[in-house]
Amino acid sequence: MADQKVISRQTGVEDSQYKWGFELDIESDVAPKGLNEDIVRFISAKKKEPEWLLEWRLKAFRHWTDQGDEAAPKWAQVNFEEIDFQDIIYYAAPKSGDDAPKSLDEVDPELLEAFDKLGIPLEEQKKLSGVAVDAVLDSVSVATTYQDMLKEAGVIFCPISEAVQKYPELVQKYLGSVVPYSDNFYATLNSAVFSDGSFCYVPPGVRCPIELMTYFRINVADSGQFERTLIIADEGSYVSYLEGCTAPMRKSHQLHAAVVELVALKDAEIKYSTLQNWYPGDKNGEGGVFNFVTKRGAARGENSKISWTQVETGSAITWKYPSVILQGDNSVGEFYSVALVNNYQQADTGTKMIHVGKNTKSTIIAKGISAGKAENTYRGQVSILPGADNARNFTQCDSLLIGDECGAHTVPYIEVRNPTAQMGHEATTSKVNDDQLFYLQQRGIDLEESNYMIINGFCRGIFKELPFEFAMEASQLLRVSLEGTVG
Amino acid sequence: MQDTITIADQYQEDFQDLCATLPEWSSEFRNEAMLIFKQIGLPVHRKGNEKWKYTSARPIAEPQYSLATFEEVDLDTIKKAAPWHDSWLNVVFVNGQYQGTFSSDTSPAIQVSNIASDDFPQDIVESIGGIMDYSDDGFAAWNSAFMSDGSIISVPDGENSGLVINLIFFNQGVPGTVNHPRVLVTSGKKSSVNVIENYVGGGEDNTLTNSVSEIYVGEGSTVNHYRLMSETDHTYDVGYGRVKIGTGGRFNSRAFFRGSGIGRYDLNVLVDGENASCDLQGLYFTSGNQHMDNFINIDHLKPHCQSNLFYKGILDGKSRAVFGGTVLVRKEAQKTDSIQSDKNLILSPDAEVDSKPALFIYADDVKCAHGATAGNIDADTVFYMRSRGVDLETASRLIIYGFAGEVIDKVEIEELRAYLEEAFLTSLPSHRFEF
Amino acid sequence: MSKSDKLIEVKDLRVSVEETEILKGINLSIHEGEVHAIMGPNGSGKSTLANVIAGRPGYSVTGGDIVYKGQSLLEVEPEIRARSGIFLAFQYPVELPGVRTWQFLKSAIDAVRKENGEDELSVREFDQLLEEKRNLVEMDPDLVKRSVNEGFSGGEKKRNEILQLALLDPSLALLDETDSGLDIDALRIVSHGVNVFKSPEKSVLIVTHYQRILDYITPDFVHVLVDGRIVRSGDSKLALELEEKGYEWVRESVGEEVNS
Repeated sequence: MADQKVISRQTGVEDSQYKWGFELDIESDVAPKGLNEDIVRFISAKKKEPEWLLEWRLKAFRHWTDQGDEAAPKWAQVNFEEIDFQDIIYYAAPKSGDDAPKSLDEVDPELLEAFDKLGIPLEEQKKLSGVAVDAVLDSVSVATTYQDMLKEAGVIFCPISEAVQKYPELVQKYLGSVVPYSDNFYATLNSAVFSDGSFCYVPPGVRCPIELMTYFRINVADSGQFERTLIIADEGSYVSYLEGCTAPMRKSHQLHAAVVELVALKDAEIKYSTLQNWYPGDKNGEGGVFNFVTKRGAARGENSKISWTQVETGSAITWKYPSVILQGDNSVGEFYSVALVNNYQQADTGTKMIHVGKNTKSTIIAKGISAGKAENTYRGQVSILPGADNARNFTQCDSLLIGDECGAHTVPYIEVRNPTAQMGHEATTSKVNDDQLFYLQQRGIDLEESNYMIINGFCRGIFKELPFEFAMEASQLLRVSLEGTVG
Repeated sequence: MQDTITIADQYQEDFQDLCATLPEWSSEFRNEAMLIFKQIGLPVHRKGNEKWKYTSARPIAEPQYSLATFEEVDLDTIKKAAPWHDSWLNVVFVNGQYQGTFSSDTSPAIQVSNIASDDFPQDIVESIGGIMDYSDDGFAAWNSAFMSDGSIISVPDGENSGLVINLIFFNQGVPGTVNHPRVLVTSGKKSSVNVIENYVGGGEDNTLTNSVSEIYVGEGSTVNHYRLMSETDHTYDVGYGRVKIGTGGRFNSRAFFRGSGIGRYDLNVLVDGENASCDLQGLYFTSGNQHMDNFINIDHLKPHCQSNLFYKGILDGKSRAVFGGTVLVRKEAQKTDSIQSDKNLILSPDAEVDSKPALFIYADDVKCAHGATAGNIDADTVFYMRSRGVDLETASRLIIYGFAGEVIDKVEIEELRAYLEEAFLTSLPSHRFEF
Repeated sequence: MSKSDKLIEVKDLRVSVEETEILKGINLSIHEGEVHAIMGPNGSGKSTLANVIAGRPGYSVTGGDIVYKGQSLLEVEPEIRARSGIFLAFQYPVELPGVRTWQFLKSAIDAVRKENGEDELSVREFDQLLEEKRNLVEMDPDLVKRSVNEGFSGGEKKRNEILQLALLDPSLALLDETDSGLDIDALRIVSHGVNVFKSPEKSVLIVTHYQRILDYITPDFVHVLVDGRIVRSGDSKLALELEEKGYEWVRESVGEEVNS
């Protein structure tokens, strides 16, 4: 099992580029299209939520309605037709009972088979070694593996809908504490209609014994996915969390507007890794996922650390800025990113590092690769607030262009309000050098492989931040996404 | 936009009075600009407005200004406020109005005309407003509607006498007044010229200087452009530089900012001919409650061009400096070589710098890099100097001078460099560093 | 020596770079087991010859042909030439940031093996082979863990080239100014690597400005290239004569021949 692939897999579907584009044949329970207060109440009722959570959702919904569609952010370097928010399904769940299954035995065998096909085996005998997986299909978490081992360590890892029932005080305390419901247009929408997602709590002093993983899958046509993830690392704890995402190939766009909140208390560390491989649309830019995501971590305690690593190869449009608020003194924030766009994909991604505490330190390393007719923008903010004495930031953004029909952009925002700060930003733009290609070819390596090797080398600094299995996967994703970009 | 609509009536009257006194050639241009100005107003709304992200135009836009008129002043006052050398061609404007008695005689080599006249060739008229697109910029539209006096500098082909043209826009600081200086420079083939623009003066009450300069750098020619801003803290200064560089042309800009309450310089350079280059360097020093915003765009349209954007800032007091640099490399502009850098030295715990050095690249065979730094004086450097016996204060001063000197040293006009060393460096603080 | 098979034949080769003709009709035959040296002043076109044989893009062949193992090379992709046994030791080895030397070398060797219908080497087999060859060029074991040539000294880069020569074991080694910038120890190591490679089936083409490397690797033939033409060919004594009299001597004597 050790060499089991996590994400990429041959499936027999006839598409050389996107190998996860098949539709799972799962019967689903679907809410009618459109968004109104009744839908919000419907979702909340489906989940048997307590009153406070319904109220919170409704507050978010009213805020969203009041501000109107004009509040949708326009500053990003992306172009797309306006989204008709009344033409989206806000709740879709596999029809295997209203509740998420209590154990794997209750999971619909067809569903298990489906995830197997995606390369995420959930059954006990097949499950990925060393990785606890929470599988989320459309709006609902369908299974979580390795429950026993986690329980022994005292780690809570379950669907957030389950956490609402079982650990309401934890959820109520932290939900919306990093990303308030009024944060931004998409986060507000998510707060009103979020369906499921993962919840994780690591108690004080515990080093989570295995990697935690959530695997997200959009399946139902015209459905949006609005998952909500909340991870709390209590004092002195450590957790490494991975997420992977795929969606079927469809001609129409699908909206994914997730919110992820991380809280690291004193001396705690959260490592959050993403392989984002939502369906990017076809060669002509038809279809593909709109990935408008708000991810933010609060490094709340002294000496806490939050590290984001992302490999973004999917989605028609990506709009996401995994951020860290460095509140605790000596806290550390990191952002490592590879964003690859091809064909008509557009990505506007980066980070925010908000330095609040003293001696806080952040590192940003972003690698952007543009091919085809795609547009890739790094947008990143580093703010050093008045109280953040001796704050340090280092930012490096490198862009690589393949061909002359794509764009690579770098938009840093550097805000310094403390004279003891030291911050530096470096950025370069280049292409794969002809001399490098010839050197590799002269050693017998063909053009496509040479190109891949050079670009993989360009990304190596980021891949090494990923857990080993994920790093292998990231390389594979890169290879698939680069197909046909040279020669 | 409420602010501008309520004040527009007054401005409309002023506009009509002004038009009656100005030559016929400009009326169509002015009317169009006035129309736009009334439509769009001033950019007081910042939400989602990346151009004005870190600077609020509201304090500038709110007062109602009347057009400044000339009041008695002696030449010595002006000479004290700006660099001056008798070998230069000095052209003086007071409150936006041309002062022939203070100005040098026109040079036989280079024609310098007043924009509020019509003693210049008709093809020049086409150039006014040719690269200053004011369709989405209220300040520039305002200037275009109200420009009266200003300089038209046309450098003939092959002219290389090294003449320095020193334009002094002196603001007497009459409360509640606005002046709209306008400059046009066209350089002929293989010529070279030095132009200094000085925006100086100001008083104890609110005044606004709202200038526009358009510079056409001709084929194979060189324009060395200097811009000095040194006004009182009650002055608002909004300036536009629009530059278009032809094949093989060179545009060298050295911009120095010492003061004004809120200052903004919006410089846009079109690198529009093969093998053209621009070298834009700037130094800003802000103190007290000053606010300075440099908003610079370099637009590469043609292949084989170079650009260098190099700004440095020193911030003291409760001041705030904004740097918005954008380098755009279009698809056709292969083999572009571009560097951008913004370095800031922050001396005070209450100062703030906001830097946004952006790159937009659409061509694959280019070398583009940018960088930004912000921080205090390097403690190791200070310690190194102290360990060699240099006291703390001297060490700090040497470092600050060295930091600023990197830009000042590049000034090629000796008299101007000497002036800057005197006027700029000595105004820098050399105190209170605790390590 | 002429009884062995002809490995490569360059026939009246004309090459231009951006409209400028660099090679103006080169004729050269190399048989198996032979060592040829091409000498010439800077800008004479000697590096161009080596690079064109290896298929470097950016050169246009405007006339003539290069026949290798009986087939024209002109339309063949560089990696195919490499797999069929043509190896170029670069004058300026390229840095490949992030690409590990180990991974690069294994990919290269597997590409050649695949071409020859052999299986890819297992990691263990490859490590053994690498260790053996690395000792040959006395290369620091840490270097193979680093990115290809990144931060290598000039000598380390050249040794890495010879390491690759030893690993890939081609039929024809083109050494493009491999001696330039090497101190005497590095030159000895590099030359040793080439001498170990030499065999009755293998051929070497050394492109060099100086005679120095030829003290270590004895050529069977020496050709002098001036202004895109081979103006003189001879045995190893020609190199010594050149060293003594300088390139002006050849130029003058050629001038005489042309004039007479």
